[in-house]
Amino acid sequence: MTEELDAGLVGRQIAESGMLGEPAPDRHEVGAARRRKEDARLVTGRTHWTDNHQLPGMLHVAFLRSPMAHARIVSVDTSAARGLPGVVAAFSGHDLAAEQGGLPCAWPVTEDIVLPEHPPMAVDMVRYPGEAVACVVATDRYRAADALEAIEIDYEPLPAVLDMTAALREDSAKVHEAGNRAYTWKYAEGDIDAAFRDAPVLIERTYVQQRLIPSAMEPRAVVAQSEGDHFTLYSATQIPHILRIMLAQVTGIPEHRLRVVAPDVGGGFGSKLQVTAEEVLVLLLARRLGKPVKWTESRSEGNLTVHHGRDQLQRVALAADADGRLRGLRVDLLADMGAYLMLVTPGIPILGAFMYNGIYKMDAYDFTCTGVFTTKMPTDAYRGAGRPEATFAIERLMDELAAELSLDPIEVRRRNWITHEEFPYTTIAGLTYDSGNYEAATEKALALFGYDKLRAEQSDRRDRRDPVQLGIGVSTYTEMCGLAPSRVLGSLSYGAGGWEHASVRMLPTGKVEVITGVSPHGQGHETAWSQIVADALGVPFEDISVLHGDTAISHKGMDTYGSRSLAVGGIAVVRACDKVKEKARHIAAHLLEASADDIEFDGGTFRVRGTDSGRTIQEVALAAFAAHDLPEGVEASLDSDATFDPENFSYPHGTHLCAVEVDTETGATKIRSYVAVDDIGKVVNPLIVAGQVHGGLAQGIAQALYEEAVYDAEGNLLTTTMADYLLPSAADLPEFVTDRTETPATSNPLGVKGVGEAGTIASTPAVVNAIVDALRPYGVHDVPMPCTPERIWRAVQGATS
Amino acid sequence: MIPAPFDYVRPSSLEEAVSALADAGEDAKVLSGGQSLLPLLRLRLAYPSVLVDIGRLPELRGIRDEDGHVLIGAATTHDEVLRSPIVHAECPLVALATATVADPAVRHRGTFGGSLAHGDPAGDLPAVAVALDMEFVVHSPSGERVVAARDFFLDYLETALGPGEVLAAVRVPKLGEGWGFHYEKFHRTAQAWATVGVAAAVRVSGGAGGGPRRVEEARVALTNMGPTPVRATQVEAACAGVELNGSATGYAAATPNGAGPGAGLDTRNGCGPGGGHSALREASAAAAEGTSPPADLHGSPEYRRHLARVLTHRALLSATTPA
Ligand SMILES: Cc1cc2nc3c(=O)[nH]c(=O)nc-3n(C[C@H](O)[C@H](O)[C@H](O)COP(=O)(O)OP(=O)(O)OC[C@H]3O[C@@H](n4cnc5c(N)ncnc54)[C@H](O)[C@@H]3O)c2cc1C
Repeated sequence: MTEELDAGLVGRQIAESGMLGEPAPDRHEVGAARRRKEDARLVTGRTHWTDNHQLPGMLHVAFLRSPMAHARIVSVDTSAARGLPGVVAAFSGHDLAAEQGGLPCAWPVTEDIVLPEHPPMAVDMVRYPGEAVACVVATDRYRAADALEAIEIDYEPLPAVLDMTAALREDSAKVHEAGNRAYTWKYAEGDIDAAFRDAPVLIERTYVQQRLIPSAMEPRAVVAQSEGDHFTLYSATQIPHILRIMLAQVTGIPEHRLRVVAPDVGGGFGSKLQVTAEEVLVLLLARRLGKPVKWTESRSEGNLTVHHGRDQLQRVALAADADGRLRGLRVDLLADMGAYLMLVTPGIPILGAFMYNGIYKMDAYDFTCTGVFTTKMPTDAYRGAGRPEATFAIERLMDELAAELSLDPIEVRRRNWITHEEFPYTTIAGLTYDSGNYEAATEKALALFGYDKLRAEQSDRRDRRDPVQLGIGVSTYTEMCGLAPSRVLGSLSYGAGGWEHASVRMLPTGKVEVITGVSPHGQGHETAWSQIVADALGVPFEDISVLHGDTAISHKGMDTYGSRSLAVGGIAVVRACDKVKEKARHIAAHLLEASADDIEFDGGTFRVRGTDSGRTIQEVALAAFAAHDLPEGVEASLDSDATFDPENFSYPHGTHLCAVEVDTETGATKIRSYVAVDDIGKVVNPLIVAGQVHGGLAQGIAQALYEEAVYDAEGNLLTTTMADYLLPSAADLPEFVTDRTETPATSNPLGVKGVGEAGTIASTPAVVNAIVDALRPYGVHDVPMPCTPERIWRAVQGATS
Repeated sequence: MIPAPFDYVRPSSLEEAVSALADAGEDAKVLSGGQSLLPLLRLRLAYPSVLVDIGRLPELRGIRDEDGHVLIGAATTHDEVLRSPIVHAECPLVALATATVADPAVRHRGTFGGSLAHGDPAGDLPAVAVALDMEFVVHSPSGERVVAARDFFLDYLETALGPGEVLAAVRVPKLGEGWGFHYEKFHRTAQAWATVGVAAAVRVSGGAGGGPRRVEEARVALTNMGPTPVRATQVEAACAGVELNGSATGYAAATPNGAGPGAGLDTRNGCGPGGGHSALREASAAAAEGTSPPADLHGSPEYRRHLARVLTHRALLSATTPA
């Protein structure tokens, strides 16, 4: 067909050289278990991480960090450090005070929220251990690190503020002048007093969501460079677009002169959804010194100063009828903000507010959350962000209710969950769940798990008083993700919208570049987006490349977090493809001398209906490039942009079942089996989904069993190394059995829901429920997280003695 | 995570190493596999002036079967120890404990001698050394001396090695016939150090037609129950003469998740409370006597004392279970 095409000399050369792409063979990419395109370079490290950027004349900064939780800075003397070999400059907070501005909080959840000034480098006060108090810039990072020891700082110690309940008392030391209460946020629906009045069953519990330290494989790193009055900042960030706007605001560098690049990024889990002190300071240093500046954190520096996750005290009460039907739920939360409000710190527990009711129907719900300042590292988004905490509370309570009524925990859930005929269903928390089928996911999970057989083994072990007891934990979760509807975010005082953007451009040779506004940091977007585009445009998977993470290339976007990339960003890609196809159809019609209405598109070829005559999309791309013969009024390009803003969140759900063996003599636990049946709607790539679920489970199990950031009585962080902050490895985890049910989301044309956080959200309560279930014969009805062997042993001791 | 500046020398013989150390003075340190020393340097918890790297000296590497003992060169890696048929045949307890050290990456770098010279009571090998009465061959400018295991570990991270001394090799006595061994390590993740560990070597007589099985002699040493490895002498005394009735098998290897995927907590048949070997359980009750276990994020002293008793019982059961 190409001979017919008048694409000029260049066009003919392209066609004859074999460069012109051909339509994809007749296959469906969406749904295929494609291996990830990006993995070869990510796994071998032969790519650009922020830390392997080497720029001419680059300097290295090291930060001196406060050894105290809370202190007045009396004096900082950097003069000795400045005289050391290789040292270019050294600064205290005072030196930078005039230009450093304050770190932003983009989610002031209430009108009267206390928003303390947050200097990137402490000036007069330190409020958490690890806060940067001075820095050295040197010709290499070794000299910078050595010179830190020559800086003299005089501190006047102040009392650490560690316990949230104590922090709210009148006599507590204050983290900020305005006091330790950051805000109180409330939600109520239904007549809560009526629900609790004379309720036949009342369950009241206090759960502690321990503080966690996100541990991405790649530590944070920043490189900044100035070229004239333009600046480029490379950062291991999840949010290059948001970061650019925020840095412009903080530093005064106009947005159009600031380029932010997130090169390949090795994981984030929310911890790189931040505007960090180091990003601001490295940019300011590059501006001040006129040379590129780099900073890469060490793991122990990261444990101190990457924003932490969770850290909530949950006081919860559930009222039910004698048959287990839920009447009402009361949630009274204290959320540890740490010393400052960072990018979305205050909003994290509020995201949970909509999830405490889980998948259940009830008459009334009452939620209060108070954000509390302490002298600890600020908290912020960590995988699941508010939803794991909420899901933990309701799923633990449902198990407690079952125990109280001597019902099977599955049965209690069945009596309360929304049935599949009831969708769309508006919950007591005000969300409209568009779709789901809790019955189907549960049935499938029970069968895979061998529920009845394990229950039989459990009762046998109980009868034998086996020192190793078996427990079964249930978690029937849902979550809201795909952040999302700009209107809803606005109503929650969130600082921005939740739309997403994509561009799709066809190159002269028929290859495709996709530019996405989301910013992958391990998720596999390059692969999944290629699959989507391959089906939409009928081009081969291999002919598509996905560009992202550089504000000079991907000029618009809201980045990656909250399981939003596919359900929002992926749909923007679909929309952009639709526009490309529509343009191409008109060009094809013109080339084929037919009316556009008579052109159909299938398998990568535009055809005149009822004839053989057609043009491949690649030929159309070439014709558009040559532009020798385009229809009147059609631009010489096959590029399109699209923005998608969904009407609703997406609501993945599922049933997770966990069997745990508990050695009552030592407190050791072992996960015997774990079944996860998730409903995440339509699936683009089952391999990527499995990866997300496995990693999510590992992180949720880690909260249940291993991880905890511990501060001592003076406010020092004790868990600064991986010897003390325990992360599980593959050797510590069971083989996961994962499966799916599929009820498509109705809020987007692909029918997809997010999967990035589901595993983490579901698994923590499944594991703890199993441990408690194992120990019920001993009179145990809770074990605080992480359920360490010693805590389990103590729970058994406490209950039996 | 960047160490303070230091000098580095790599001598080509043990003799050179000893003199390099002597030249460098008090602040010099021997570097072997670096798996304990480098973390200390990187956290700036140690500021040596010179590192004398003995890790690649051929004369410090290797395992030899000698009269009455196995000689293990100090710079032999954990991995080499694990691959040695001599170790498996002649001192299996060393292999059992070494297999629990860290992970393959660390075992390829970390050395047998380094683990002992470091004097970390949380390390797995010091307890084995005192259980087996190993002998430490030490070189210094004034020549060679031999230190018994019981005199080697002085305090937390403190051994009988003086400045300028190099541990050249360790002699592991062969115990002869009739011994059973077990190293019972309790840790929270697969890669983690022992919360508590128990090394047990037990000589059993009788059985298989030779009359009732009886404990003739037991050696029990504890990991991480004080500033040095501890011999549980009361347990050893209480074990002597215990009759192992019936065909009881080992018990409840209550391994945490770290023991690997697949299998559950193993309750190898019927030695629950009150069952089979109550005499060994009674003997184990004294395991924590005279110990002063540390308090840290992985366990309180009280919990460690409890673990020492439970794990000692399990170690004895496994060590007395016919293969
Ligand atoms: C992640 C991790 C996990 C670990 N987990 C465990 C574990 O579970 N169990 C365990 O037992 N160990 C564990 N280790 C430690 C490991 O076993 C080390 O190999 C061991 O502690 C030290 O051996 P090395 O050869 O690395 O010694 P180095 O680090 O080189 O030296 C340690 C100390 O001993 C001195 N030294 C070394 N060799 C000599 C010598 N020949 N003469 C005189 N002085 C000497 C050094 O000067 C230094 O003070 C772990 C290490 C890591 C990094």
